[in-house]
Amino acid sequence: MSTHDLTVPVAPPATPWRERLGTMVPILVLAPSLAASFIYVFVFTIWTLYLSLSNSSLMPTYLFVGLDNYASLWANRRWNIAYTNLFLFSGFYIVGSMAIGLLLAILIDQRVRGEAVWRTIFLYPLAVSFIVTGTVWSWLYNPVDGIQAFVRGLGWADFSFALTANRNTAIYAVIITGIWQSSGFAMALFLAGLRSVDPDLVKAAQIDGASVSRTYRKVILPTIAPIFLAVAVIQIQFAIKTFDLVAALTRGGPGVSTTFPAIYVYDLMFQRGQIGEGAAAAMMMLAALAVVLVPYSLWIVWRRRAEGRNG
Amino acid sequence: MAEIAPNPRHDPEAAAATRRYFWNRFLTYAVLTLFAVIYLAPLLVVVFNSLREQSEIARNGLISLPRSFRLDAWAEAWGTYCVSGTCEGMKRNFFNSLWMTIPATVISTLLGAMNGYVLSKWRFKGSEVLFNLMLLGVFMPGQISLMPWAFLLGKLGLTNSTYGLVLIHVVQGISFTTLFCRNFYVSIPDDLIKAARIDGAGFWRIFRKIILPLSPPILIVTVIWQFTGIWNEYLFGVVFTSGQQQPITAALVALTAGGTTARAYDVMSAAVLIGALPPLLIYLFGGKYFVRGLTQGAIK
Repeated sequence: MSTHDLTVPVAPPATPWRERLGTMVPILVLAPSLAASFIYVFVFTIWTLYLSLSNSSLMPTYLFVGLDNYASLWANRRWNIAYTNLFLFSGFYIVGSMAIGLLLAILIDQRVRGEAVWRTIFLYPLAVSFIVTGTVWSWLYNPVDGIQAFVRGLGWADFSFALTANRNTAIYAVIITGIWQSSGFAMALFLAGLRSVDPDLVKAAQIDGASVSRTYRKVILPTIAPIFLAVAVIQIQFAIKTFDLVAALTRGGPGVSTTFPAIYVYDLMFQRGQIGEGAAAAMMMLAALAVVLVPYSLWIVWRRRAEGRNG
Repeated sequence: MAEIAPNPRHDPEAAAATRRYFWNRFLTYAVLTLFAVIYLAPLLVVVFNSLREQSEIARNGLISLPRSFRLDAWAEAWGTYCVSGTCEGMKRNFFNSLWMTIPATVISTLLGAMNGYVLSKWRFKGSEVLFNLMLLGVFMPGQISLMPWAFLLGKLGLTNSTYGLVLIHVVQGISFTTLFCRNFYVSIPDDLIKAARIDGAGFWRIFRKIILPLSPPILIVTVIWQFTGIWNEYLFGVVFTSGQQQPITAALVALTAGGTTARAYDVMSAAVLIGALPPLLIYLFGGKYFVRGLTQGAIK
């Protein structure tokens, strides 16, 4: 800093004009981002909502047709497949990756050697895109070149593993790949939670003679219960937005068997020229997210307030 | 340890405990190793196949140790492989992704830092409400914005261009970067700012001299988060660009869609790795920050 700053500690008296401009600076800095976010969140949502109520087909039009698009959406067999898949996927994906994530976190928490190496291995799929993951796994599921061929080559001649070739099982290929991709994420969050548990609490349990598994079940896991909920909520969010993974892994097939809501929206808007119904499907995705996130956010706010009162 | 442990031969209970301990340790490492193999196997398969000869892959299948070694597939995937008529490999798409990701990351991070600074240190009436409104952007599914973006990009003359994707990713990224930076700056003591203001420092001076020097930890997290997220993004890339303008994720899907001919697994493996390499390298060298971003982005 220059000596100038020291000799003139107080800024020269500002004119009212300058002062007012000075107080405006923070708002001016924020304004462009605010405007962009406002357009992105509110204008775009209302825009798409309006499209979903219009008779837009190949091009957006603004002729109001009420809930017709929603009616035809819910009457559509493929949409039925899409949300059934979403429920099936969400259930297995969340339970599967939380179970594996928790197992890995607990194992790593046993003061294992090379903790950083294990963590790096389990988390790397998260750095890679769903496109890369989906592409590679689609090769592994390919019965002619992938896992099935490999196991048969080892000598087990009737081994059968062709999930993606069958419309009844293809969804499980998506589930397995999804779990592979994100159980490391669950592990990272659980591990952070386990590390935040008060060590005195654990010590007290051990002095009382509780076994390791009992200590986990009765003391440690209950204290990190909120993390279970956080992981579940984040993963439901992933599941509702699932698009890339399916696009690269099965492309929605065989047939339409692995259609997801996001795939359906894309197809209707850009492949079939049914923009109105596509927008209706997009609004349903938003509604699904809101059903999960609004109660969760309210709960978080409520919990913080309660903590504020008690603390 | 050895001196303290009682001789197990004289103490059956201690012997059982020692056995249980070693058995537990063994099981822990066995399960971890099993999962490590499952996690690493797909990566190894792709790396091997990018180095094997296509004839060998056709003969022995995808999952096999390499019996040949060559880098031709990498060269072909990078520069000469043909996708629907054009024989330029992935290099153009790789650079599309790079020229999309770098500006979008830099701009959204800078905006996020300034927004976070305002929302934590220059609060005004209603600023908390505005912050919460901005946060809603974090949860928006991309599908909601597809048609509005299509219209806006058309009006701005940015369809099928990298600039259009930069715009989308900046707008979409602001809520994340603002959230990260704001939550970090909140922990900088207000007294520091107050003292600086008494000394006559203004908005920008405090930002430059106090906030920015304290910011590297959060800026690294934000940059890593934005870079990997934008590099890996697919939906906007495939909707708003085509052919030569596509980012690498969209190009990979087009490349591996494959025709009716035998699949060139060697070249496709190299292409997949080219697409995966930048975020993987960032993850390997900035892993600590990557995980921090992950847990911060997750638990707000």
